[in-house]
Amino acid sequence: MANTLTGGRPGHRWDGLGVPEITIGTLLERIKTMAKKAESTVSSRSSQSPLSQAGKVWNGAQILHQVLIEEGVEHIFGYTGGAVLPIFDVLYDSPIKFILTRHEQGGAHAADAYARATGRVGVVIATSGPGATNLTTGLATAYMDSSPVVAITGQVRTHLIGNDAFQEADVTGITRPITKHNVLVKDIKDLGHIIKECFHIARTGRPSPVLIDIPVDISSGKIEGPIDTEMQIPGYRPRFKGHLRQIQLAANLINESHKPVLYVGGGVIISQASDLIRQLAIKANIPVTTTLMGLGTFDETHPLALKMLGMHGTAYANYAVQESDLLIAVGARFDDRVTGKLDTFAPHAKVIHIDIDPASISKNVKVDVPVVGDAQQILGELVKLVEPNPRTDWLEQIEQWKKKYPLKYDTQSNTIKPQYVIETLGRLADGDAVITTGVGQHQMWAAQFFNYTTPRQFITSGGLGTMGFGLPAAIGAQIARPDKIVIDIDGDSSFSMTLVELATIAQYKLPIKIALISNTFQGMVRQWQELFYDRRYSQTKMYLPNFAKIAEGFGIKAIVVTDKNQVEDVIAQALKEDGPVLMDFHVEPEENVWPMVAPAKSLHEMELGRLA
Amino acid sequence: MSNINKENKPTKNILGVLVQNQPGVLAHVAGMFAARGFNIDSLVVGRTEDPSLSRMVIVTSGDQATLEQIRKQLGKIVTVVKVRNYSEQECVERDLLLIQVHCPPEKRSDLFELTNVFRGTVVDVGSKSLIIQLTGTEKKIEAFIEVCRPYGILQLSRTGLIAMPRAPHKTGE
Ligand SMILES: Cc1ncc(C[n+]2csc(CCOP(=O)(O)OP(=O)(O)O)c2C)c(N)n1
Repeated sequence: MANTLTGGRPGHRWDGLGVPEITIGTLLERIKTMAKKAESTVSSRSSQSPLSQAGKVWNGAQILHQVLIEEGVEHIFGYTGGAVLPIFDVLYDSPIKFILTRHEQGGAHAADAYARATGRVGVVIATSGPGATNLTTGLATAYMDSSPVVAITGQVRTHLIGNDAFQEADVTGITRPITKHNVLVKDIKDLGHIIKECFHIARTGRPSPVLIDIPVDISSGKIEGPIDTEMQIPGYRPRFKGHLRQIQLAANLINESHKPVLYVGGGVIISQASDLIRQLAIKANIPVTTTLMGLGTFDETHPLALKMLGMHGTAYANYAVQESDLLIAVGARFDDRVTGKLDTFAPHAKVIHIDIDPASISKNVKVDVPVVGDAQQILGELVKLVEPNPRTDWLEQIEQWKKKYPLKYDTQSNTIKPQYVIETLGRLADGDAVITTGVGQHQMWAAQFFNYTTPRQFITSGGLGTMGFGLPAAIGAQIARPDKIVIDIDGDSSFSMTLVELATIAQYKLPIKIALISNTFQGMVRQWQELFYDRRYSQTKMYLPNFAKIAEGFGIKAIVVTDKNQVEDVIAQALKEDGPVLMDFHVEPEENVWPMVAPAKSLHEMELGRLA
Repeated sequence: MSNINKENKPTKNILGVLVQNQPGVLAHVAGMFAARGFNIDSLVVGRTEDPSLSRMVIVTSGDQATLEQIRKQLGKIVTVVKVRNYSEQECVERDLLLIQVHCPPEKRSDLFELTNVFRGTVVDVGSKSLIIQLTGTEKKIEAFIEVCRPYGILQLSRTGLIAMPRAPHKTGE
């Protein structure tokens, strides 16, 4: 069913309480009106919702299911277990489609990627104890990359909580630092409004995972309607609108600047502001560099595109940032992988920082003009206020850097270069595929050598750097975008961590293409050992299985590629295939990712490696 | 551009944090401090005039940037309704002390007198010790503790600071 509520833009965001001094009485009044307002916009249907009918008897699982339907949930990922039996019982004949992953971590990654591919909330269910603890890597991954996931876990009976009961774990305790909010439901009366609140919290403000822990006696317990679904979260007021005065100050700085750079992160994708970034960049001739999470916000084939910055960013992006007199950070957070040594990051630049999360501002660097709010709204105002400016000298300088320091690799080599595989994938998929990755060198090459043109096209674990993300993420992305070619560009070691999800791909006949960059190493760690530990390859050489046979065992077609001259044909053939295909590219084992800013070095001290 | 973490000297800060009166709120707040490596000098939680809300008074220390982060990160916790910086306004601040002091009968009158000077109360008299209760600002409490020290402190317990902003315009000013 179509539901605009779970679309990219939240149905409603609460205004800030802009008044410094208020009493609890007035506060409560405002809370009530806000809750009413929110309720009426968030779900105009709730008045007709069967939950509001008097006399109807519900069990907890049915309430959960009804709210999920009203929230527009169409797909759920996860795994069964004793503490979620009542929930799976209502899912048995539900219109919601369930995707049974083979491990809860896979379910969480899939839900996360589903959210990243669409902007809708991804939902995952797991049982108590081990089911819930298996979710944690997935939740932490989603948390670090601000992805809206609602996790529903079963819990032991309320009277057993705290008794070390069978399959009991303190799940709200364990997940507190990796969720935006979590709740243990202690009374069936609260279930309805808690679930509503959790969806609202997950998708608004800075989106993030939220967890609801439901004891099995609550999901099986009964209660008579009407069910309370009115949200009770007076403390939750994400700020939506940026201050006009701040936006004007930002515009002034931009208009005065000679060498500005737009530094764009994943927040722009979340707020669907890519188009405005393009308008701003083009109107004022501002070059654009993106973080790993921001890839796709700005068409990388555009002349103003600098591609990615940071540790493995392009030389021209890093030089541009270091030379700039103004850095316009939008939906980015000055992560250490981006800034290198902080004291010498963009040494000549003033900083404008646009972000929905006030805590992101002035966390790492001093900001001259902070603007807190939704990037789309703020950029909308900002675009009107900036003046056109040719900035000929600056763009000329950048053009020279681009000519002098392009991304390069040895195209003459006889072995298969991983960069060549990715470049070819990009060329043949016409730049129009959804890419997921594991973590490591292949992830960086996927960021460097594939030209991203649209938002939500590149799905990767940026903040946490979770190996094993690629394959289950491809599942979530393919379920969310059945119309798209989804390619998991994966490392042999990353892939090994979650390859059991091949079974899920086979079961649901998902036409995912897997491009394994098999270098027989945990390549990224090996690169650091090569550069900083005297080539002492401690525990990074992999003993690998025959991945093709494994895939075939799961009923998935596989092709092993050992010859450079086959690469193009194999990819072309795989992309035409209706079903899933695993391509196992046996690449140059000791290739390195360049450029590289060594740890604790400044961006301009980056090593160009063999490119120079 | 400058690194935010390289500036300013550490200062003390008192925060008034209005929270929803729900299980897990304290864990959220304490967990956030622990996870981000912020200091808590003291933390007091109690009910308010509204049964659905509690108030925490948290005394923290750090440089300006850290204090700013603490306030913002507190504000992000869903069950936190409002964060106020009491250090930015004039407040009534109180700490409560219970102190058991070694006190043979011959020293009693000395200690009674001292207690009177500080406007404390003797709440228990044993054969060799007294328990004295004292409320006041942290400074006053600390001064009293120092005064008691020579007698021999057997036990000491403090509530930690609670605070309340004064009305904006005092009469007579
Ligand atoms: C779950 C997890 N464990 C360990 C690491 C540390 N780590 C980062 S990259 C890497 C090697 C990845 O190897 P592979 O997936 O084969 O990719 P490659 O670098 O060879 O392309 C490791 C071990 C991690 N990021 N995630």
